[in-house]
Amino acid sequence: MSVATMLMQLGKGMISTAEIFFLTLLFSLPLGLLVSFGRMSKNGLVRGISKFYISIMRGTPLMLQLLVVYFAPYYLFGLNLRGYRFPAIILAFSINYAAYFAEIYRGGIESMAVGQYEAAKVLGYNKVQTFFKIILPQVIKRILPSITNETITLVKDTSLAFVLAQAEMFTMAKQIAAKDTSMMPLMVAGLFYYVFNLLVAFVMERIEKSMSYYR
Amino acid sequence: MGMRGNMERDSNILLEINHMRKGFDGLHVLKDISLSVREGEVISIIGPSGSGKSTLLRCATMLETMDGGELSYLGEKAAWEEDGRCVYAPKSKLKEIHKHFGLVFQNFNLFPHYSVLKNIIDAPVSVDKIPKKEATERAEKLLLQLGLADKADAYPYQLSGGQQQRVSIARALALQPKILFFDEPTSALDPELTGEVLKVIKQLASEHMTMIIVTHEMQFARELSDRIIFMEQGLIQAEGSPEEIFASDNERVREFIGKFQS
Repeated sequence: MSVATMLMQLGKGMISTAEIFFLTLLFSLPLGLLVSFGRMSKNGLVRGISKFYISIMRGTPLMLQLLVVYFAPYYLFGLNLRGYRFPAIILAFSINYAAYFAEIYRGGIESMAVGQYEAAKVLGYNKVQTFFKIILPQVIKRILPSITNETITLVKDTSLAFVLAQAEMFTMAKQIAAKDTSMMPLMVAGLFYYVFNLLVAFVMERIEKSMSYYR
Repeated sequence: MGMRGNMERDSNILLEINHMRKGFDGLHVLKDISLSVREGEVISIIGPSGSGKSTLLRCATMLETMDGGELSYLGEKAAWEEDGRCVYAPKSKLKEIHKHFGLVFQNFNLFPHYSVLKNIIDAPVSVDKIPKKEATERAEKLLLQLGLADKADAYPYQLSGGQQQRVSIARALALQPKILFFDEPTSALDPELTGEVLKVIKQLASEHMTMIIVTHEMQFARELSDRIIFMEQGLIQAEGSPEEIFASDNERVREFIGKFQS
């Protein structure tokens, strides 16, 4: 296989990798916030369920979760879903990353000084306004470095989708490597991931900078 | 005549607290506090730490829920006792009552991600739904009054403690409260910065703003207050004009004030 064909194939895989990456962030960031609310709920049952959810998601391999999410509809309900592979991948990644993000959010929210809530209350802000106008912007600034970490991990974790034979970059690289008995495709894939992550780090740094106008 | 006089006086009562009680984990922080505040009055609350001064302020501003007693603003009941339990008015009512008072915190509690101007106009705009232009004009007037006209675009971290506290006073005033509470407004400030904050409070007093001030600044309380309340062990131990309090023959009061005058 020529180098050009290889790069083309890997490039196609890269698109799939990027799709998994962006869709996972899109769903897991808000879902994580919701889970963190559950984790901090005054209701013991809600808190317990959230805690259990987080411990399962963090305590078992993501690869296993991918398999379970993909095969569960068939083995549990006998459902033969067409075109379920990609949604299953996004679902598994999103619920897994939401658990990690939830704990990051919780750390940030609990680190906020109670005075901010009290000032908002005395000024008449309702709870929703207090959270979205006063608390969350400050929380985001605080947790951004941790979010960056998770985001970079996510870029690399997308390669786990190979267990479901999704044609993302790592799967493609492995296939070509096996066919051509060459390490070259794997090295190129590595370079792709690295450059992707440089980009992620660059963007996150820009976002951090945009919030550095206050302390 | 007597009747009418009474009614007139009553309508001037902005805040009324009757038999307020509050405990934390079995510890009685407020035992039986009754207090009424008339329009235009400046009241200082003094007393040793742990005497319940701040808790009284926090219960009056509903940051804490009281265990018993009665709390009303402008004759509207915010909380009262029913069958030995403290009941609060419905949310919508409390929202109205909240508009009557403001609170200035010891640690300012400005919003660090908002500029000075936004700190001041955001509540009027997003809570009271006042047009932004009007709120901005009002804020600029306040900033000018408090000597902060050039700080509108600054962020809180760029200001000194004294300036931050003045901004927080402006933020409270922007909602045009009828009563302003101060919880040790100068305690977090370096000594050389307390003066500028006290000056602003004095200025407000001269404009007949109704204020309740928890403070350790004895000289300030003496000069400014219409009434001084001395609290200890969850009770109001003495109450009177500055002259009465500073000449009190109550031993505890004398001992406490003596500590500050040495």
